[in-house]
Amino acid sequence: MAKNDVTYLSPVDIEINKHEKYCRFKKMGIKYIDYKDPDFLMRFLNEQGKILPRRITGNSLKFQRRLAVAIKRARQIALLPYVGDNLK
Amino acid sequence: MIFIKFAALIINKTFMNTYETVFIMNPVLSEDQVKETVKKISDFTKNKKNKITHEENWGLKKLKYPIQKKKTGFYYLIEFQANGSFINDLEIEFKREERILRWQTVKLDKFALEYAEKRKKKLTDKVKNK
Repeated sequence: MAKNDVTYLSPVDIEINKHEKYCRFKKMGIKYIDYKDPDFLMRFLNEQGKILPRRITGNSLKFQRRLAVAIKRARQIALLPYVGDNLK
Repeated sequence: MIFIKFAALIINKTFMNTYETVFIMNPVLSEDQVKETVKKISDFTKNKKNKITHEENWGLKKLKYPIQKKKTGFYYLIEFQANGSFINDLEIEFKREERILRWQTVKLDKFALEYAEKRKKKLTDKVKNK
């Protein structure tokens, strides 16, 4: 063993940005996601018009499911694009 | 068997759901033609004991993607109470109508109904303030 080697008994604390993710629908008390409001739904899309995953938005599973339904309904009546380019 | 038939009859007669339909009309139409088509659809929904609870005209809007090579369309929304079996007839009526590019009928659950009430209130308040 070389002299420079340092051994730790417990793992080192590395500072990571600890941003607690939360579901904004639960927090704001939104029970129904409206498909007729494309500006609001735009927040959950990326630039190509894809639905953002839960690990980024922090939605709960229940509301992610409802959100997906709302977005798909909005796409059907052409309030949101199926595919886009530089939406934001 | 008789019991089941009887129960089905009662359910069919009394059970009404609330639905919401949004449809897009051809942008080439004149104002009178738009009114005509809207009237045709609303008259069709009104018969058979159905009740129209709310109507909304969104006017000419840009589509986010072309439908039948058209880039704009007249939007119209109807909220009504009806039997589930009526939706099939309505769908056929939409298919027959050439002036309508696209439509979507959605059943409103309890959360949606709550939201719809709020939305209606907001809209009426806006009109009053003006």
